[in-house]
Amino acid sequence: MGELKLALRVDDLDNVATIFAEGISDGTLVEIRDKRGGADPVRVIGDVPYGHKIAVRDIACGEKIMKYGECIGAADRDIARGEYVHIHNMKALRGRGDL
Amino acid sequence: MGYTFQGYRRPDGKFGSRNLVAVIPSTICVNDVAQAICRQVQGTIGYFHHQGCCQLPSDLHRVTTVLTNLGLSPNVGAALIVSLGCEGTDHQYIYETIKASGKPCEIIHVQELGGTSRGIQAGVDAAQRLVMAISGQQRETADISNLVMAIKCGGSDTTSGMASNCVIGYVADKLVDLGATVVFGETTEFLGGEHILARRAVGGENGPVGQKIYEIVANMEKRAKAIGEDMRGGQPTPGNIAGGLSSIEEKSLGAIVKSGHRPIQGVLEYCDRVADQKGLWIKDAPGREPEILTGMAATGAQVLMFSTGRGAPQGYPSMPVIKICGNPITYERMCHDMDMNAGRIITGEKTIEQVGEEAFEKLLRVLSGEMTKNEALSYFGSVDIFCLGPVI
Repeated sequence: MGELKLALRVDDLDNVATIFAEGISDGTLVEIRDKRGGADPVRVIGDVPYGHKIAVRDIACGEKIMKYGECIGAADRDIARGEYVHIHNMKALRGRGDL
Repeated sequence: MGYTFQGYRRPDGKFGSRNLVAVIPSTICVNDVAQAICRQVQGTIGYFHHQGCCQLPSDLHRVTTVLTNLGLSPNVGAALIVSLGCEGTDHQYIYETIKASGKPCEIIHVQELGGTSRGIQAGVDAAQRLVMAISGQQRETADISNLVMAIKCGGSDTTSGMASNCVIGYVADKLVDLGATVVFGETTEFLGGEHILARRAVGGENGPVGQKIYEIVANMEKRAKAIGEDMRGGQPTPGNIAGGLSSIEEKSLGAIVKSGHRPIQGVLEYCDRVADQKGLWIKDAPGREPEILTGMAATGAQVLMFSTGRGAPQGYPSMPVIKICGNPITYERMCHDMDMNAGRIITGEKTIEQVGEEAFEKLLRVLSGEMTKNEALSYFGSVDIFCLGPVI
């Protein structure tokens, strides 16, 4: 199996973490690591490409997605802990001439 | 300890990292003549842009100013203006202003000379004279405070905000502390992070600089929204999205990391040239490479440090572009385009400070003459000028 792959959580306010590893697929066990080295194992839901994000906790539809301690958009459906987070389940809130 | 580089002293007291003859077409209509001159004469570079005629007066003024400031750049030792004769830009102003700065400068008028072949002949003769006139100039020692460094990211992915932009931020802070000038732009990529920048403005978020930052971002967002579409179709780009960036906000928050932590002194307009300003400055320019690199070269930047994750290969004719790659996989794949592997931060092999110091040393070498990878490959042909109005 090799060593556990890491999901990096940049800021304490963040509800997503980034995985810099290849071959992360549905059910892979990864470890959410924060700045202080805290470790929190979670099973990934969905296939996650290199450099993409997972939820570090359950996120309700409409809730803000936080990275770098800042808002990067909002969930547009309920997202479970460990689930792959990208444009299929979150949306930008800026530059939206369509709204 | 004082840091120095070996540069070419210009009559205005600035120091260039390169000693080039710039062939400057005053309008798109003479690009073929200018290209023929550049192909023939060693030591020349050309700006083959697509502007200069049938534009609104404000844009024609903008193009005239940008072309003039490209000629005034310290990396340019002499300039040849290639004019058609009937264009909208003020070719005489470009010529006279560059000449008044003390640099050798010549101008040819293709219509007056009798057309393409005669224009090429006169241009080759003039460019040859200029190259020979400056080719004997020697480099001199210059303090690092003479540096204007531009910074930019392009072809970003999620490694950019966590590795390569952090490295550039480290170098930017160090340069500001040493009394140099650092300029960053890409106003589109402030969206979602503008409050962080405004709070770093001299005089605070509510001072004139902080308010100006909010204003340029609001204007850029307004222009994008005026089309009535979701900006996500174009920003983040498909490559950004494939690289894990889910929104413009996420891209912006990663992008502004490259500006480091120092106070923001003010906002320069797209055409503006740095006179004696020191410290960290914003240039109000969009993110696309041909336009922002032109804006940065016109600023007077002697070098540009460029962060990428997906692998953006392009440089600029008169400004060395140092590529810092945040993604270790991309670096392996594109090592002939990427100057430095900041992906070692992602893999845990190096710290931001370690790669930052390597990047700083690389910067000093490039300023003193070492070629970047895109320079060695002549990968700098695409140039354009950011205009606001339509072609009419």
